[in-house]
Amino acid sequence: MLDTIIEGAVAFMLIAGGAFAFIGSLGLTHLKDFYMRLHGPSKTTTLGVGFTLIGSLIYFSREDGPVIQELLITIFAFITAPVSAHMLAKSALHHKLKPDPRTRGNPVELESDKPRHTIEEAPQGNSPLP
Amino acid sequence: MIPPTRWLPMPVLSLLLLVVWLLLQESVALGQWLLGGVLAILIPVVCRPFWERQPTIKRPLKLLGYFFRVLGDIVTANIQVSKLILDPRGRMRPAFVEYPLTLKENFPITILASTITMTPGTVSAHLRLDGRTLLIHALDVADTKALIDEIHQRYERPLLEIFES
Repeated sequence: MLDTIIEGAVAFMLIAGGAFAFIGSLGLTHLKDFYMRLHGPSKTTTLGVGFTLIGSLIYFSREDGPVIQELLITIFAFITAPVSAHMLAKSALHHKLKPDPRTRGNPVELESDKPRHTIEEAPQGNSPLP
Repeated sequence: MIPPTRWLPMPVLSLLLLVVWLLLQESVALGQWLLGGVLAILIPVVCRPFWERQPTIKRPLKLLGYFFRVLGDIVTANIQVSKLILDPRGRMRPAFVEYPLTLKENFPITILASTITMTPGTVSAHLRLDGRTLLIHALDVADTKALIDEIHQRYERPLLEIFES
């Protein structure tokens, strides 16, 4: 009886993990602009990985006693994913990627106020690269 | 909390490192305690210059409550985002939202930004250099004012109480 419950839990975790990972990837291909595509991998896929790891944690805990490493991996994945998403968004803003026309709000970061230098006509001295 | 000393500049971090080390080794043998202890003292001493100011946790219990709230929100957030992605009509109302921060210290702002990224339909995109505004990209938002209020009530206020009150 207990075995059935544990196996059911493991199966549920694996299916949920797979489904979330798949939906996250689907978002990566289907959404319209870079900023929207960022939402899929940063949240959904991370949760997919989390669910899969917890499924594996339950399975191996029953086989050979409690396993804690996988819980740690899950926690670290959840700590690092937002940081990488933030860096991706930051670099997209830096390159002034155009958001989808439906996007409201007009951040200063995306306004193209100054004409940007190409590498050849960049001013001499230690000014930053364009 | 535990007061910092010369050889333990960040006692909480040291303790955390030791615990993580023992958990990763899955052993409480003397050798692991020694090795973990040496690392727990050495790593904070070496990376001390990177921490401009050590965060002080004033209410550890509240932090635990915050952790579980965020965990629950991550799951609901993902169901929402999944629905949006799977919606064949693709009705989304993306927006850039400028969030005015009331938090002042870097570490709590980092936690807030990470929380925003992990929870419903929002990714924190940019922290302005003045440290006062956080630029957020939201996937589907009807009312930006309501979103700002919600983030303030649900996440920023608890963080203020935990770290800066």
